[in-house]
Amino acid sequence: MKPRRVFSLTAALALAAGLAAQVTYDRIAAASAEPGSWLTYSGNYAGHRYSALSEIDRSNVARLRPIWMYQTNDLNAFEATPIVADGVLYLSEPPSHAAALDLRTGRPLWQFRRAIPSDVGVCCGQVNRGVAVLGDRVFLGTLDAHLIALDAKTGHVLWDRTVANYKQGYSITVAPLALKDKVIIGVSGGEYGIRGFLDAYSAEAGAHLWRFWTVPGPGEAGHDTWEGDSWKTGSAATWVTGSYDPALDLLYWGTGNPGPDYDGDVRRGDNLYAESLIALDASTGKLKWHFQFTPHDTHDWDANHVPVLIDAAFRQRPRKLVAVANRNGFFYLFDRQSGEFLLGKQFGKQTWAKGLDERGRPIPLPATEPKPEGTLVYPGVHGATNWNSPSYSEQTGLMYIAVREEGTVFYRATAEYNPGSYFSAGGMRGIPGVEPSGSIQALDPLTGERRWEFSLHSPPWAGVLSTAGGLVFGGTNEGNVFALDAATGKALWHYQAGGAVYSAPISYRFEDRQYVAVPAGHSLIVFLAGR
Amino acid sequence: MWGVARWLLLMPCLLCAAGTGESLFRIHCAPCHGQDGTGGRGANLAVAVLPHAPDDATLSRVITVGIPGTAMPGTRMTAEENRQLVLYVRSLYHLGTAIAEGDRANGERVFWSKGGCGQCHTVGARGGRVGPDLTDVGARRGPAYLRAALLDPESAIPETFTVYRRVIYMPDNFLQVRAVTRDGKTITGVRMDEDTFTIQIRDFSDHIYSFRKDELQDLHEDWGKSPMPGYRGRLSETELHDLISYLTSLRGTR
Repeated sequence: MKPRRVFSLTAALALAAGLAAQVTYDRIAAASAEPGSWLTYSGNYAGHRYSALSEIDRSNVARLRPIWMYQTNDLNAFEATPIVADGVLYLSEPPSHAAALDLRTGRPLWQFRRAIPSDVGVCCGQVNRGVAVLGDRVFLGTLDAHLIALDAKTGHVLWDRTVANYKQGYSITVAPLALKDKVIIGVSGGEYGIRGFLDAYSAEAGAHLWRFWTVPGPGEAGHDTWEGDSWKTGSAATWVTGSYDPALDLLYWGTGNPGPDYDGDVRRGDNLYAESLIALDASTGKLKWHFQFTPHDTHDWDANHVPVLIDAAFRQRPRKLVAVANRNGFFYLFDRQSGEFLLGKQFGKQTWAKGLDERGRPIPLPATEPKPEGTLVYPGVHGATNWNSPSYSEQTGLMYIAVREEGTVFYRATAEYNPGSYFSAGGMRGIPGVEPSGSIQALDPLTGERRWEFSLHSPPWAGVLSTAGGLVFGGTNEGNVFALDAATGKALWHYQAGGAVYSAPISYRFEDRQYVAVPAGHSLIVFLAGR
Repeated sequence: MWGVARWLLLMPCLLCAAGTGESLFRIHCAPCHGQDGTGGRGANLAVAVLPHAPDDATLSRVITVGIPGTAMPGTRMTAEENRQLVLYVRSLYHLGTAIAEGDRANGERVFWSKGGCGQCHTVGARGGRVGPDLTDVGARRGPAYLRAALLDPESAIPETFTVYRRVIYMPDNFLQVRAVTRDGKTITGVRMDEDTFTIQIRDFSDHIYSFRKDELQDLHEDWGKSPMPGYRGRLSETELHDLISYLTSLRGTR
């Protein structure tokens, strides 16, 4: 009995010390220097989803085994990325729940349960992609479009703000981004004719600080890219967590499809800032620059990707860069200070564009718009990639992306807008007799060239994690969790988790051991390499 | 006069409503369930009671979320469109609930003897397991589809995947595969399941194999091919007619 008591006492002390710690802005801004933790959605503000931990490497990854699991008890897809700090793992669960888990055992320290109104409308499942942590607070967006601050020690609600009216089709599925003294939150509802925006709230009091409308109103720049009143239902949702450059104080965020999705005739024009990368001053919410990937799109190719910030020499000149692999099948590289388009290259199967012009604007092929009788286009409605996180390895200098090869027959119809109702003006189906597939690709972000490709049985929904152990971790729809050699793409380990992987793995260190955590099926599974 | 005026006022709306359900059906349902709903790769919907959707609320839900574990996907549409589609699907039942004419008893004999159907297909507790279970085929497929499938089996291969499906469940498509092991052994059969790293196969002697793909020298998947023989010229027109009558009478529970 005695040794156990000693262990418990040590554990209690460690936990007490851990919970007393603060996840300060300075810690998050320097997250790469603290690889034992996972302090923000993508691991660092630069959107790298890279772990500098190297204990798990090519030589021992085959010995990875589950060490504990946590089950969500909800049948909606488990799309969250956890946050790990000071001995505690914070995560959201579908539909809009949150929990704090003891890293040693996986046991919940607290659970927060949110009742969701039955008339909330969501296109793609009652999901949530994660929480943000700042100071001693946990921030959670909810399906009924609230932003909530919880006490990190207890899960008690500290404040609760209505971000938007869910009865108008707004919802929140995105993980908030916490920076400085504020919390950035986006909205979902691109299939419900919302007018999209990105919001900032003060972390302390929940005061509303700024709003950037992703569909400009009358008198604002870009408003003339919408015919008539179509801007009012222009969508351009902000449902995937963006990146942040603390030195430039610029936020980089992707925006979703213009609404209605498939009938472009009712919204003639380029439809800014739908399907764009927007760079905003984080202090004021003012637009610094933007780039629209797919002007006037009718294929639902949201640009809701994690922008990857890279500092590297591009054509012999040191540059601050931002890279995006887009749902429309092209990879893009920009100067992130000026927004200058530097290069674009096709990475996924596509049949809709001849290519990109010198400014990065696509040159569409004729007859690729949805028709009442159907139009077959690659990429399909889910894109050549989707929201699934990319990863940038600071070790290999490569960017890893989960790629979908799947076409769609797009149908156009007409839709009448009713607040809070589905508003897409069409539909889609798969291609008869074709079983879609997918892959993990390694791209050189400075050239867009593909270094290797690992084939997947079906188009992935899971993102990827790269590590300093020379590994790339990912998951499949069929429940495989796997590790590839980051240099060659060779499969080194796989584990059947028994449920589809919808999120991306993370890695952290606890008591001097490296762990990999992966949401799979309805469980969070934590792996450790046996010695 | 008011009656006529009211009729004239209402008529365009009624036409519009009927048109909506039908046009939605053509986009979302007809590719699998046939233009008239009597079945294709998907079930025959022109029946009095749909096994997976006995009432309107369930049908509405099936349209929204699909039927997990089958090729039936969920479909995103407005509540009003969903309601119109439910009404339209319910209106199909008058089209074909009858068992096809013919000598069912003779059709049953053909099934189990000359046709050899029972070697691969199950009806109730009897039959083989290499092909699809036909216990309730009469509730799922109409006579036109069955005739086409018998004459040209490759016209009737189910598609496993549609764009709505975010996850591939166990494929129910009886895809014919050929695996060659490192030591040169060839296994031919139907795919039971597959993921990125493994595949499970049932061979034509009903043995089940599980392979890691990296253990295989070769893996060939016969997309678009069916192990079922075509019955053109193998059965007389009367035998075919009777066999279809027997098949449409199969309304058992799986």
